[in-house]
Amino acid sequence: MAESPLDLTRRGPRLLGGGGGQTRAVALSTASTVVVVAVIAALFLLAPGSAQVRHTFFSPPDLWHSLIGDPAKGYYSIGAAIWLNIRMFLVAEVFILVFALVLAIVRQSTGPVMLPLRVVALLYVDVFRGVPTILVIYAVGFGLPALDLNVVSTQGPAVYGVIALVLSYSAYVCEVFRAGINAVPLAQVGAARSVGLTQAQSMRYVILPQAVRTIIPPLLNDFISLQKDTALVSVLGSIEANRAAEIYSATVFNYSSYVVAAVLFLILTIPLAHFTDHLIARDRARRLAGAAP
Amino acid sequence: MSIPLPPYGAPSPDSPAALELRQVRKSYGSHDVLRGIDLTVAPHEVVCLIGASGSGKSTLLRCVNLLEPVTAGSISLSGQEITAPGVNADLVRRHIGIVFQSFNLFPHMTVLRNITLGPVKAQKMPRAEADQLARDLLARFGLADRAGDYPDRLSGGQQQRVAMIRALAMSPRLMLLDEVTSALDPDLVAEVLDVIRELASSGMTMLLATHEMNFARDVASRVAFLADGEIVEIAPPADLFVRPQQERTQRFLRRVTDAGRL
Repeated sequence: MAESPLDLTRRGPRLLGGGGGQTRAVALSTASTVVVVAVIAALFLLAPGSAQVRHTFFSPPDLWHSLIGDPAKGYYSIGAAIWLNIRMFLVAEVFILVFALVLAIVRQSTGPVMLPLRVVALLYVDVFRGVPTILVIYAVGFGLPALDLNVVSTQGPAVYGVIALVLSYSAYVCEVFRAGINAVPLAQVGAARSVGLTQAQSMRYVILPQAVRTIIPPLLNDFISLQKDTALVSVLGSIEANRAAEIYSATVFNYSSYVVAAVLFLILTIPLAHFTDHLIARDRARRLAGAAP
Repeated sequence: MSIPLPPYGAPSPDSPAALELRQVRKSYGSHDVLRGIDLTVAPHEVVCLIGASGSGKSTLLRCVNLLEPVTAGSISLSGQEITAPGVNADLVRRHIGIVFQSFNLFPHMTVLRNITLGPVKAQKMPRAEADQLARDLLARFGLADRAGDYPDRLSGGQQQRVAMIRALAMSPRLMLLDEVTSALDPDLVAEVLDVIRELASSGMTMLLATHEMNFARDVASRVAFLADGEIVEIAPPADLFVRPQQERTQRFLRRVTDAGRL
């Protein structure tokens, strides 16, 4: 099918310029990429401290040892420790989705009966969006154990870390949900109520399904951020990737372990980031198709 | 609180009116949209509301469906006051179908699901029964092959017909139509008007706001002319369009005629 120039511009920016096998464009972009990479590499390699940096951050034996770990020598495997980050992320994600949705629905509620709850939800969002995540982690991680209660005060640091992340991120995700709910035209509520649905049924069957569709990209964006922020739980002493890297560098006096941790986080976040891009592109294409007569 | 209502089409003997409005007022702040509307619609009657934009037609319909609370006055459906305190608006709405100018189909659901949502969720009709009802209605209005499509694949006329079917699937005792052809391309208006004609001839009680004067003349039992939130004049179309009594009605109809719409 022939494409008009308009069709091409509609696709938005692309990684490789131009379409339709334009050899010249491909050659140009290849050449410019090579030049840029070469300049950066030259700057890095020719810098006065280059050898020192390469030894401290990119030493192959240290990269390897910190990845696999050696308890006998007093340091942990970062490759194993990142598994804790993944688990914290997965558990926190589920609780955040549920809690944030409840918060959003309370904040969106009307009716005088709900006023006290609305105020609480509003305060909650204000406070937890305003306080840095790391402070929430400190507060929960050191505060709850200090209470000396059964169960509540006897959990491991990873559990407190997850609780803190849920508290903090729910405030953000609540606002994402609210934006999605507000983006559904008010007329849809009228249509839902006019076929006899209650307020709750309208929310469940008409508003939320449409809201969720629009907020998936920003939601995933927050989750990419959450994946990285699991590293903050290291301040409580749980052996996750960042903490394992710290222990390695403190034991062996080499920072290559941090590079390993960084690469492992990239391996986690890049697929999610590109999945998000893919969803945005698909949504865009669908909207353009829907707008056609 | 549930209000027991006689089945559709059977007027209760002590109150012959399908719909009765008494001194209905509606204000938004200091702005009076409806200023004391009295209107009675008999069972099987089709009453058309005409009037300029902003005369209160849409607000009147939205008040009848309890989508807007009235400021004063009362509305009764088959003799039961639905504006009384404690009346469950959700239950009342199950007896009143409303169709909007802008269709307002649910974009994330197929045509079939759009139609069955109300019956299944609000009326607790078994899914199979609701599907059958929806397919029967789609066939009746020439949309049998569209059941599985999403609304954005349909033309405006088709979407509006689906919106009518969605309202009909609730077996309403009263249909409210709010300028249902105003958002349509001229060549799509006829198919929607045909649906309304069919409903009228099948005995459906209807209250509709319209700019289609010729259509109002054809289908209406009575036509009410609204201006500034009041019913200026109400009469059978043969009288209202031919011998309007009020000066304001005459002026409005003259403007409409000059615009070539009557």
